[in-house]
Amino acid sequence: MPLIRNGEEAVNTWLHVETGEAGETPNGITVPLEAFLEKRDTLLARNTPLGVRLEPDDDPCRLAGDLDRLSLIEIAFPRYTDGRGYSTAQLLRRRLGYRGELRAVGHVLRDQLLYMHRSGFDAFETERAQIACVQDALGEFSSFYQPAADGHRHVFARRHT
Amino acid sequence: MYRYDEFDAQIVHDRVKQFRGQVARRLSGELKEDEFKPLRLQNGVYLQLHAYMLRVAIPYGQLSPRQLRRLAHVAREYDRGYGHFTTRQNIQFNWVALKDIPDVLETLAEVEMHAIQTSGNCIRNVTSDHFAGATADEVMDPRPWCEIIRQWSTFHPEFAYLPRKFKIAVTAAEHDRAAIRVHDIGLHIRRRGEAVGFEVHVGGGQGRTPHIAAKVHDFVPEAEILDYLEAIMRVYNRFGRRDNKYKARIKILVSETGAEEFKRLVDEEFAAQRPDEKVELPRAEIDRIHAYFAPPPLSGRPARSEVFERAKAADAAFASWAEVNLYPHKQSGHACVTVSLKPVGGIAGDATDTQMETVADLAERFGHGDIRVTHAQNLVMPHVALDDMYEVYRALEAAGLASANESLITDMIVCPGLDYCNLANARSIPVGQAIQREFASVEDQRDIGQLHLNISGCINACGHHHVGHIGVLGVDRKGEEYYQITFGGRADEKAAIGEIAGPALSAEDVPPALKRVVNRYRELRTDPSERFIDVYARTGLEPFKEALYAADQER
Repeated sequence: MPLIRNGEEAVNTWLHVETGEAGETPNGITVPLEAFLEKRDTLLARNTPLGVRLEPDDDPCRLAGDLDRLSLIEIAFPRYTDGRGYSTAQLLRRRLGYRGELRAVGHVLRDQLLYMHRSGFDAFETERAQIACVQDALGEFSSFYQPAADGHRHVFARRHT
Repeated sequence: MYRYDEFDAQIVHDRVKQFRGQVARRLSGELKEDEFKPLRLQNGVYLQLHAYMLRVAIPYGQLSPRQLRRLAHVAREYDRGYGHFTTRQNIQFNWVALKDIPDVLETLAEVEMHAIQTSGNCIRNVTSDHFAGATADEVMDPRPWCEIIRQWSTFHPEFAYLPRKFKIAVTAAEHDRAAIRVHDIGLHIRRRGEAVGFEVHVGGGQGRTPHIAAKVHDFVPEAEILDYLEAIMRVYNRFGRRDNKYKARIKILVSETGAEEFKRLVDEEFAAQRPDEKVELPRAEIDRIHAYFAPPPLSGRPARSEVFERAKAADAAFASWAEVNLYPHKQSGHACVTVSLKPVGGIAGDATDTQMETVADLAERFGHGDIRVTHAQNLVMPHVALDDMYEVYRALEAAGLASANESLITDMIVCPGLDYCNLANARSIPVGQAIQREFASVEDQRDIGQLHLNISGCINACGHHHVGHIGVLGVDRKGEEYYQITFGGRADEKAAIGEIAGPALSAEDVPPALKRVVNRYRELRTDPSERFIDVYARTGLEPFKEALYAADQER
């Protein structure tokens, strides 16, 4: 599925391994949170990049001690109307200080991209959104009323600097 | 009132452009209807029985004459010459074409209006006391904080896809006119010495499982209120139910989790916020927004106006209207005027383009340019001198806006019902009109005194039947419309959910049955100052239930 990372088209080399039991592969793999917590040491001992995929009801704080070792966290949106992933992303970026790639996967549509970006996502796996419209979507607003994970100064503060 | 600066103006302008693009993609077929739906909803566009409906935000119910004239223009040019004011202090246009909506939004943006977050599973329009800034019983004007909350919640990236819609109401008065205990969050502004803070209520609501909100905090200092709201919203977004639309409101989370545990979760989330997660709200910004709500320059006038008294003596209808529709202003010689949108036989909350223009003109000439929409679906001019009152009244009367029924039995909250709404089980408007005709006499209504009668056409309770002193709920019984009656509901500081009296009645039985109930009330009251709701508190359901079904026993 097409991948957009940091506003540019990218090639997705990652594999998602639902069981957490990956064979020999040079690619990076993502595993579910439970599998990661269960097989943590084995997985971290692999020589390939490692990531975790969080489902909407997963608590990202359970990864707090391992964030430095993860190169990718995927947050799943099984339905685009399920907004829990936005809170997950904000927690990872702002409370837990995660700096690696944060990727939205699943039902990811153009008109959700700006909120996702503001919540801390820097990568989107999306079939429907073409690169040009991604850039349009992210540029639809020039100022924002509230602080978020995208580092924009919010309007309440900008009015007084 | 608040005026946009360049940031506010740009954000609304960006929004119009964005929505224009979304509509174009929908019309071209690039967007599927199910994908377009949440986008249009977050901009107040519903697909109703007959057409698209556009709901325009009126933040905390405040309008300028210029804005009200622009709404009249939209009603005339894009609708059928009227608009419908709602219990959320907003206005709805029922007949707007989808292709015209971007143009409507553009014309509204010119007068600092929008339809942002008037629908959808996001934070909706913030509502407040319609007498804010004019009433003597408030510790401060709540509107500046409503405006701050409006801005903070606008396009909040984390809270746009909540489990369900989310409504916040704010009051600063002892007598709660904003119904804060039946909102998802109700805020009551308090003072402790010099300090300003918020008493926080969470998890109130109506719908099919009505709840009175639980108090979760006595006093959140003003500088922390947005952070505290963020904590509540995050707990709700993460843990609110998403498996069942009817269990997705925060009231269900609060009741299933337990108020204590819910409060613990919020406090834990609040305490975990790191310094850079806080919403920086500079003191200068709080002061800047407060400055827009400075009281109007009301000239000192004697408490007694001779002009006013003479007019009342000469015109009984005016005296009657003044008695019922005026509320005391904190400044002597002035009053808050309720402009009733509840004429007998009319549609609650509807106003024509010319009626809107009449009110806009009067507010400009006599009301310091201030107009409010009430959650009971009327308009208010909060700052009118008694000396000018008769002239105001004459103009309202000529425009069909002088019904003397504020808070009386014909001043009903009525949802659009099956005549307009996709969700309704029964019609609300005709049954409301029939009840109004039963109680049409002004003298009779005044004798009955304050009585809030609310009608909903289905269990979703848009007509607030749960909190009516008398509630009427339309139900469908094998294809026939029936009406269930509740007693004892109220939306004020003693908020309560009405009790169901018993089996539902047919539409034609409702007015005579309510007549019997009201007559029973008159027999029971100790004196005319004891209101229906007071008698109910004293006697309970039984006597009213008996009166309601008395006809059955006669048969």
